[in-house]
Amino acid sequence: MERRNSKSLSDTNQRTNEPTYQRTDSSYQRTACGATGLVLEEPTLFEQSVPGRRGISLPAIDVPAFNPCEAFGDLVRDKAPELPELAESDVARHFTRLSTRNFSKDLGFYPLGSCTMKYNPKIANKVAAMPGFADTHPFQPLSSVQGNLRICYELERWLCEITGMNAATLWPAAGSHGELTGMLMIRAYHTARGNPRSKVLIPDSAHGTNPASAVTCHYDVVTVQSGPDGLLDPKAVAEAMDKEVAAIMITNPNTLGVYEENFKAVADIVHAKGGLVYCDGANLNALMGFVKPGEIGADAMHINLHKTFGTPHGGGGPGAGPVAVSRALEPYLPMPRIAKNGDNYTTISDKPESIGRINTFFGNFGVLLRAYVYIRELGAEGLVGVTKMATLNANYVKARLKDAYDLPYSRPSLHECVFSDKRQNAYGVKTLDIAKRLMDYGCHPPTIYFPLIVHGSIMIEPTETECKELLDEFCDAMLTIASECEKTPELVKNAPSRPFRRRLDEAKAARDAVLKE
Amino acid sequence: MNAPDDLRYTKEHEWVKVEGNVATIGITDHAQSQLGDIVYVEFPGQGETVTKSDSFGVVESVKAVSDCYAPVSGKVVEVNDSLTDSPETLNEDCYGEGWLLRVEMSDPAEIEDLMDQKQYIAFVAEETA
Repeated sequence: MERRNSKSLSDTNQRTNEPTYQRTDSSYQRTACGATGLVLEEPTLFEQSVPGRRGISLPAIDVPAFNPCEAFGDLVRDKAPELPELAESDVARHFTRLSTRNFSKDLGFYPLGSCTMKYNPKIANKVAAMPGFADTHPFQPLSSVQGNLRICYELERWLCEITGMNAATLWPAAGSHGELTGMLMIRAYHTARGNPRSKVLIPDSAHGTNPASAVTCHYDVVTVQSGPDGLLDPKAVAEAMDKEVAAIMITNPNTLGVYEENFKAVADIVHAKGGLVYCDGANLNALMGFVKPGEIGADAMHINLHKTFGTPHGGGGPGAGPVAVSRALEPYLPMPRIAKNGDNYTTISDKPESIGRINTFFGNFGVLLRAYVYIRELGAEGLVGVTKMATLNANYVKARLKDAYDLPYSRPSLHECVFSDKRQNAYGVKTLDIAKRLMDYGCHPPTIYFPLIVHGSIMIEPTETECKELLDEFCDAMLTIASECEKTPELVKNAPSRPFRRRLDEAKAARDAVLKE
Repeated sequence: MNAPDDLRYTKEHEWVKVEGNVATIGITDHAQSQLGDIVYVEFPGQGETVTKSDSFGVVESVKAVSDCYAPVSGKVVEVNDSLTDSPETLNEDCYGEGWLLRVEMSDPAEIEDLMDQKQYIAFVAEETA
């Protein structure tokens, strides 16, 4: 079979921008760059289509022929749909080839700040695949799924223990869904007291989804500027706080990876005027085992199981964003609640103050189960160790890079650190160039241009699952790039040179998106 | 940095040109260069009202989505529709073809609160220091 657009094999020999960097420890051979060897171009299935080619052979018809026009009249289409015509081997190879271009935690380091791309232990997948779990049906009688309910019940209790909260719901399907659920409960709480209120305070260092969740619940967003040290300023909150403020939404640690030291003071100010405190728990992995947000004033908090508790980042697939709440919000939790009577687990669906159902059946049970396994495997001590190692790794990266890259906020970091491209700007190099150049060194780039309060931010979250050798490999690459920015800036500005695709025209892709031929 | 001397400026990097009672509003050269390649814009329609300091629209670049804040209050009398199909005009000619809105001012005195060219250049220098 002749492949179209085939140019990659000769390309590999003509490269001029091969990285010059050498690993400090030559015994490690981890880098999985995927740009050497047999890399094939891959046309779309439509481009590969050959008229008449089939992947199946149907047996001869042994029943009377049927004319669809007689049964459906005008509804029958004039011509066959334009689907690709291919053999089974074409399709199998197409998708297998594409699958080799994925980058994942099972391939290598993935330091996306704010995203917590930790390695997901395989034991969780193994348990989720056990037939007793995988084959349960949501309509089974509760008496036959007592084990599943017990897992939900215990996971709720553990999440409450970890967050210092009173009760929890497991059903939200993602962190953002958890935020929405939390804000709906806050609205229900205020509505029950006669006034849903009209505003929500959100610091400029909060997660980007927070304002969206508040607006979806019909609140106006009031932005609170962080102080010069990158922290939330109680004075600024006090000035913005009045009896129309329903809640404040705080990401702690914030998007600079810095612990909000004034959390309790801020919570007290908001509570004093009848407001509630929503804690964005996306960075719970930096607090777990050390700080319980419920004990310092949080009333609601979502927990991204795919971040802190090592369940897969769905890639658009199922996630889970349970919400834990204080006593004040417990009556408003979504239905159903899980209850335990003696040794028997059951569900409750008739709480009149509840905001109702926010998901079908029992949420994404398979994801909840994986988080349950993660917690059971690590135990209380292990979870504390996760937090310690995540913080140590982030601070190690920060210490190794701070002489080469500008550190806009120098307060101690927790689980991630944020640099800017200020020093590299002097050589005409920007954050995007540095990120692209990292790909030439076999590293997935970190989060860039977020948080917004840092110009040209480079946000690195190594997580606890990476070893020192791998962190060194990443830091060596970053330091080499910093030196390239000074000596050979064009090399960095034209990066990447090794990956299968070079610099993509992101602006054209967004402006002239071709969604349909 | 390019900032013409016949315009007034906001701290959120919008510019205003006043002709009679009508204010033409856009984003500054500094704003477009910080945003990078602009790929999408969203603005109110003709006849809607905007309120000083309130968000009136959105500019989206490959890096970020940013709110635009009204430098003055008033009724929108004209919208630069051509930006919908060619948002790159905002990068190429932000003080000319890349204007956003024309607003009939309800309180022309609001102009006095805005920065002039010198103040704006000093403000940007301080902000990026």
